[in-house]
Amino acid sequence: MIDAGGMGFCEINDAVRAAGSVAAVKNCLGQRFICAGMSGVDVTIEGVPGNALGAYLNGATVTVSGNAQDAVGDTMNDGRITVFGSIGDAAGYAMRGGSIYVRDNAGYRAGIHMKEYKDKVPVIVIGGCAGSFLGEYQAGGVIVVLGLNSDGRRIVGNFPCTGMHGGKMILRSECGDIRFPNQVTARAASSEDLAEIRKYVDEYCRLFGIDPVELMDSPFTVVTPDSANPYKQLYVAN
Amino acid sequence: MLREGEIRIPSGCAIAAVISKAGERMTGEKIIDAMRPMRDRSNGLGGGFAGYGIYPEYKDLYALHMFFDCRDTRKACEAFLKERFEVVKGELIPTRKIPEITDEPIIWRYFVRPLRSCLEDRQLDEKEFVVRTVMKINTGMNGAYVFSSGKNMGTFKAVGFPEDVGRFYRLDEYEGYSWTAHGRYPTNTPGWWGGAHPFTLLDYSVVHNGEISSYDANRRYIEMFGYKCTLKTDTEVITYILDYLLRRQGLTLEEAANVIAAPFWSTIAANPDPVIRNRLRYLRTVFPGLLITGPFSIVLGFDGGLMALNDRLKLRSMVVGEKGERVYIASEEAAIRAMEPDAEHIWAPSGGEPVVIQVKEGSF
Repeated sequence: MIDAGGMGFCEINDAVRAAGSVAAVKNCLGQRFICAGMSGVDVTIEGVPGNALGAYLNGATVTVSGNAQDAVGDTMNDGRITVFGSIGDAAGYAMRGGSIYVRDNAGYRAGIHMKEYKDKVPVIVIGGCAGSFLGEYQAGGVIVVLGLNSDGRRIVGNFPCTGMHGGKMILRSECGDIRFPNQVTARAASSEDLAEIRKYVDEYCRLFGIDPVELMDSPFTVVTPDSANPYKQLYVAN
Repeated sequence: MLREGEIRIPSGCAIAAVISKAGERMTGEKIIDAMRPMRDRSNGLGGGFAGYGIYPEYKDLYALHMFFDCRDTRKACEAFLKERFEVVKGELIPTRKIPEITDEPIIWRYFVRPLRSCLEDRQLDEKEFVVRTVMKINTGMNGAYVFSSGKNMGTFKAVGFPEDVGRFYRLDEYEGYSWTAHGRYPTNTPGWWGGAHPFTLLDYSVVHNGEISSYDANRRYIEMFGYKCTLKTDTEVITYILDYLLRRQGLTLEEAANVIAAPFWSTIAANPDPVIRNRLRYLRTVFPGLLITGPFSIVLGFDGGLMALNDRLKLRSMVVGEKGERVYIASEEAAIRAMEPDAEHIWAPSGGEPVVIQVKEGSF
């Protein structure tokens, strides 16, 4: 067990690397860049890890027992981050592989600039609600928001999918109260979609101990870019 | 070296605050603790604190905290103050000599009451008179700078890391019902004692993390009303805007928040409540020059409360937590946990959504 109390982030990361294939960190309090770029290790974290947790993560598994701050999984390439709480803003910024599962809510700009290439398809699953600008400039990958314990809030804030031109967003809601930009298509999930959604829901439920059957018994909306209405002449007509 | 206000270098920062709704007084130690885990957010070029309820023995007097460059400036300024105020007490602000804080100016405080004759002569109310005096000193008296001017509150700031600044000013010896704190990472100005946060006018104090892009538009507008922006820093203009909206225009805190972090027209149009829609439209139309764009998260301290606010796009982070009668605000959850490990209901307000916490009436 690595006691992070009083340690800087370099020391923590050095200790995690020295621990081998499994590491546990306790008393974390705001140290940034924990597990940045790591692969081949399974790390559990108690306390509040600082910004950029698992940035550039390259295959490691990171589990946080409570909340995490901003920029979780920034530019991550592979691996898994699981958060038994909520996360701050800009989670999964420019993420290109791996997955992030969050039990509760996400802040603003989750999945901004996410991308995919061939078999590298990043996934973010948010159990609660997401803030504004979800999937801003999304270019690939899958973002799922389940809207659990929303207390009457909208499942996502303002301006979701702004600038989206790739990938897929799945929202567990009819989304009658959500305004999407003109360049995307929001539709009710087909049976094919539901089969895919079930994969993410099952994994979420397995991690956090929730009944998937009840969760699936709900309308889902799937949002994708509208290729018939691409972004053009955004600024000036040349 | 060019002084603050003479140069602009094209900020990251840390903010934190705590308030007891019951009006219970706390020493400055906890708020110093809040800044420790956020050390990487500042670079040692500015730290500061504001405490409310710290001068109960002088609660009816304006507490002027001042920097002077030399003894002569102080003497000249004291003569000036005595023409305008009854100076009940003037003293050095107690500090602790520590290696981390050096090159301090002469730091004094004066507890003053405006002379009735001066108020009647100028036909001004007390607060406006104090504001004009502060502006006069800060723009016209070289080497003298008023950095705090409210009643029963005070600002303490310096060049250094905030945890060192707090020790330097012996904040463990003060007790207040609310505290705000700031760690600075200046990107526009070189970092001088006067340019550290909080920025204060009367009992309003502002700590700010961000970099507003509407600075010059806001400055031009607010300078029409007698405010002088002397330091080229965006926080100074935010402080004056809030004084203008709250004290002079009499807006509520929520209304002022809706002016400076006004929702987009499309968001206003989509609001289902016609009363709210009209109010938002009205405020944006009447005060277009006071819309603050670009990233900011601020905590406004005032007599009896705090208001936290993010820019409408929420380009900076801010979280709020509670424990019992106390409410905590900070740039990072880690800072809240440093003050109160068992803080509950941690949440992040939306962009443009003001969080107002007031001390129960009569409890301070």
